[in-house]
Amino acid sequence: MSLKLMKGCEAIAEAAIQAGCRYFFGYPITPQNDIPEYMSARMPQVGGCFLQSESELAAINMVYGAGGAGARVMTSSSSPGISLKQEGISTCAAAEIPCVIVNMMRGGPGLGNIQASQGDYFQAVKGGGHGDYHAVVYAPSSIQETVDLMPKAFDVADEYRTPVIILADGLIGQMMEPVELKENPNPVLPEKPWAATGYDPNGKKPRAVLNSLYIETEDLDVLVDRLHARYEVIQKKEKMVELYNTEDAEFILCAYGTVARVCKAAVRLLGEQGVKVGLVRPITLWPFPSEAVHDAAAQKSVKAALTVEMSDGQLLEDIRLAVNGDKPVEFMGKAGSIIPTAEEVAERIMKMRRA
Amino acid sequence: MATIFKRTSVLTDVPFHYCPGCGHGIVHRMVAEVIEELGIRNKTAGVAPVGCAVFAYNYFDVDMYEAAHGRAPAVATGYKRVHPENIVFTYQGDGDLASIGTAEIVQAAHRGEKITTIFINNAIYGMTGGQMAPTTLVGQKTTTSPLGRSKEHCGEPIRMAEMLATINGAAYIERTALNSTANIIRTKAAIKKAFETQIAGKGFSMVEVLSPCPTNWGKSPAESMDWIAENMIPYYPLGVMKEA
Amino acid sequence: MVKVIVLADQCKGCGLCVRACPKSVLAISKSHLNVKGYYPAEVVDQEACVACTACARTCPDVAIEIEK
Repeated sequence: MSLKLMKGCEAIAEAAIQAGCRYFFGYPITPQNDIPEYMSARMPQVGGCFLQSESELAAINMVYGAGGAGARVMTSSSSPGISLKQEGISTCAAAEIPCVIVNMMRGGPGLGNIQASQGDYFQAVKGGGHGDYHAVVYAPSSIQETVDLMPKAFDVADEYRTPVIILADGLIGQMMEPVELKENPNPVLPEKPWAATGYDPNGKKPRAVLNSLYIETEDLDVLVDRLHARYEVIQKKEKMVELYNTEDAEFILCAYGTVARVCKAAVRLLGEQGVKVGLVRPITLWPFPSEAVHDAAAQKSVKAALTVEMSDGQLLEDIRLAVNGDKPVEFMGKAGSIIPTAEEVAERIMKMRRA
Repeated sequence: MATIFKRTSVLTDVPFHYCPGCGHGIVHRMVAEVIEELGIRNKTAGVAPVGCAVFAYNYFDVDMYEAAHGRAPAVATGYKRVHPENIVFTYQGDGDLASIGTAEIVQAAHRGEKITTIFINNAIYGMTGGQMAPTTLVGQKTTTSPLGRSKEHCGEPIRMAEMLATINGAAYIERTALNSTANIIRTKAAIKKAFETQIAGKGFSMVEVLSPCPTNWGKSPAESMDWIAENMIPYYPLGVMKEA
Repeated sequence: MVKVIVLADQCKGCGLCVRACPKSVLAISKSHLNVKGYYPAEVVDQEACVACTACARTCPDVAIEIEK
C-alpha cells in the first residue's frame, strides 16, 4: 500500500482522472482552486482536456456538452459558484447527462467567507435547481474516503445517467492526509449509445438528441416517470451509511463530513467517562439512509439523538423525518464556519443526560 | 425532368412550426443544405437555443442538443473538446446570443473555439411574444417598449458582428440579410464559408442574419422584408466583418 | 420546360415566393384552403418560369420544388 500525503483538492482531481474522467471545466473560487489548478497540469498528461470557463454557469453547460458527447466529465466549485450552476444541473438531470460536480462548501449566505461550512445541504440534497429532480449526493469525511468515492460517483453517474454531487466541506479540500490512490491508467468505460458522437442515417446508431424540453404535457410525463423509476432504483441500491459504536448506545450522534470526525472524537471522550454514545454518518445524503438512521435511533437503549452540523439545521430535518418521532432528536449547530469541538459535543450529551 | 430544387435530406420531414414568413425556415434550409453539400452530415452536431428555434432539434437530422437560454456556445465548446474532429454549430436568436448569452458567445470567440454560430437577428424576442431585445432598434415598438425603444432609457441596439470581429479568436464573421433573393444567396455563401472556416480549424465563425418576424413586428411578410431594408440594414451594415 | 411544384399543404400562404418571383409565375390562391387553413401559393403562369429558383429559396417552409 503506497500512501502519499496529498491535499484534498488534488487527491479529488487525481482520483477523478484515475476513474476515467478526461474532461474538466472549472472556474476559480476559494476553497476549491487546487482542483482546476491540478487538472490544468494533469489533464494534458493523460490526453484529457482542462478548460477554464468564463463562469461557473458556463462550466456546467460545457459539462452538458461534453457529457452529452459521451465523455466522463467533471466540474467543481464552492457554494456561490454551485449556486450559479443550478439551472445547468437541473438541465443535466432532465437531459439525463452523467456528470460529477464537486462542491467544496464555504461559509454563506452571500459571499460568506472562505472557511468550511455545511450550509449547502438543502441545495444539494433537495434539488437546488428548478423542478423535481435529484442528484446523487456523496458526503465524504476524509480525503481517503473522497478518493474511494470518486470512481463510484462516475459509475453511478453513468449507470443512472444522472448528475452526482460530491458535497465536501472546505476542510476536506484544504487538509493534507496520507492517501492510497489506486492507479487505473485505462479504465473501462461503459457504452453510451445515446451520446452525440456523429449520426449516420444509414447506420444502426440512432440520432442523438440531448434535450430537456418536452413542450407537450404527455411527453414531459414520460420523462418524469422515467426519472422517478430511476430514483426508486437508486433509493434501493445506492444508500451508504457508517454506523460507529451505535449498538446499545445511550445516545446517537448524527453528522456527516468533517463534523462526523469531531463526533467520533466525542464518542471516544464519552466512552472514557463510561457513557456509551454512537454515531450515524450518512455517506449518501441522497439517497438518504433513513432506515439505518431510524433503526439506530429507535433502539430501546437510546434516550435521544443529537444532530451536529455546521449549519442552522438542514441535515436535522432529514434525521427527524427518518426517526419519525420515535425518539427525540435534538440539534447542535449554527450557520457559518465555527467548527464544533469534541469537548463541546461531549458536554452537550452530558447535559442531555442530566435533563 | 430533373429536379433542380428539392428539400435536403439533412432536414427531417417535420414541418416547421414557425410563423408564415418567418426567416428561421429560410436559414434552417440553407444550414442543412450547406451541411449536405460539405459532406459533413455524419459528423455534425447542432445546438439549439431557447427562443423560436428551440425546436430546431426536431428539424435538423443530425445529433442535436437543446441548450439552456444563452448557453449554446458553452455546450458546443464541451462537445467540440470531446470530438475535435467533428463539426458543431450553434443556432441562436438575438435574445439568446446578444442578451443572456453575451458572455458565452464573446468567450467562445475569445477562445477561438472552432465552432460555427448562426445568429438570427430579428430585433425582437419572438417565442415569448414580441418583447424588446438588445437588437431592437431605437423607436421600435415592442411589448416591453410600447412607446418605442428609448435611447436614454435603455441605450442603442448592440452590433454583435462588429463586436465579435474585434476578437482575435474570431476567424470569420459576416452579417447578411434575408430581404432579397440576392441577399438570401449571399447568406448561404456566408454560412458555407463559416462552416469551411471551422473545417479548416481556423477558429470561431459566425454569420449574423437580419431576419423578418412578421408576427411580432405586426407587418405582413412582404412588408417585413422591406422593413429590414429600410430600417435594419442602415443600422446593421451587411458584409464581411472579419476574415482570418 | 420548367415545373414549379408548390406543396400546398406545407405552405402557410406568406406570399414571399410571389414577391420574389420576377415573372409572376405564382399567386396566392383565393379559392382553395389547404389542410392548415391557409390560402396556399399556386402556379398561375408556368410557362413564364425561367427556373431562377428565387421562389424556392425564399420559401420559409421549403414548400416549393422545381423540376426542369
